Amino acid sequence: MITNLVTIAEQVGAPRIVPGRGIPYPSGDPNLSPQAEQAWRRRLVQRALDAVATAVEHPTIFEVDVVERADA
Amino acid sequence: MRIVHYLNQFYAGLGGEETAGIGPRMLDGTVGPGRLLAQLLGDQHQIVATIVCGDNHAASNATASQELLDLARGAGAELVVAGPAFGSGRYGLACARLVAAADAAGLPALATMHPDNPGITDAGTAPVVAAGATAREMRPTLQRVAAAIAKLAAGATLTAGDGLVVKAARIGRLVEQRAAARAVELVLRRLAGDQQSTEVPVGGFDAVEPAAPVDKAASATVALVTEGAVVPAGNPDRLESARATRWLRYQIEGVDALASGEWESVAGGFATTAANADPNRLLPLDAARTLEREGAIGRLHGEFMVTVGNGTPVATARRFGVEWAAELRKAGVQAAILTAT
Repeated sequence: MITNLVTIAEQVGAPRIVPGRGIPYPSGDPNLSPQAEQAWRRRLVQRALDAVATAVEHPTIFEVDVVERADA
Repeated sequence: MRIVHYLNQFYAGLGGEETAGIGPRMLDGTVGPGRLLAQLLGDQHQIVATIVCGDNHAASNATASQELLDLARGAGAELVVAGPAFGSGRYGLACARLVAAADAAGLPALATMHPDNPGITDAGTAPVVAAGATAREMRPTLQRVAAAIAKLAAGATLTAGDGLVVKAARIGRLVEQRAAARAVELVLRRLAGDQQSTEVPVGGFDAVEPAAPVDKAASATVALVTEGAVVPAGNPDRLESARATRWLRYQIEGVDALASGEWESVAGGFATTAANADPNRLLPLDAARTLEREGAIGRLHGEFMVTVGNGTPVATARRFGVEWAAELRKAGVQAAILTAT
């Protein structure tokens, strides 16, 4: 699951959680340039793929290591 | 009785999502639903002022309820009435926190929202009168609220018959052993492997057994699914914007990205401007296609599934989840990426 509401996802027991950056745009970030946003979305989906290939027992957060930030 | 009425920015006529960040403020006299409430109350009780706060501000600032309470006191409130918030989560939370703060400070207060509103638990000991699920039930809701106000003003206590949302009753009974002995006994049972026994069952969500991981995403069929209400422009199949009763599926075979203008979100619970400018922000088709082309995904499933999570009951959402899992399994899909707002 890709979502910005990580604590709620954990509380309801979503097994694999990839944190996004905003409630209205779980797989985007309008504060980035178009190229940086594409790169960010790709990392999110790549991280989701890592997550589904990883065994978990409890709700587990798969943070994205990233560089794309509006202020970077 | 001098009443101060709380509304969110929408019902106060100050705007929609774009003004959801505004802080506490006061307006003279009655506004929006307050006009009908005043009419129903007649001459005996007067709404002297309306206090307002944006939903985002109220739900994310711990000090908002105290500031609103100060405004109400400044207007000489003898009773604070908050809502109706119907089924709106942020608004319900704001109403509940305000009446809890007022009640704790000794100022009588009354909130009104649907009994399923998630904010209701924050009302503390303040009374909450049941509202309908949506604003379509404004009049019957305000009729109930007006009657409850009259009863409170007469010094009576509200009951379930007045629409009071009653919390589960606790009934005392005598037991043989005292609490300390029972607690030790429970600990011993837990240590012996009993995970179920409790004296205080806590309501909650199902435990979800995590699915086994896929061997390799590079050889798996992966589906995209969302509760973000992404549909073809114009919403030809009429997906609801709240309280979904169904889900839909759309073909994406051969589609590289969700183009703005061709797809949109009809979700009613958040501002869809960013999502409509680039629907891939809700359903990451462009990135998934790139990864498929590069071999990181074996194959992207030819359709995505969609519903709206906004206000959808847990029982309905659970049914959708079961149906999606069954459909995807049947289609040979090994993993799904769910984007959730």
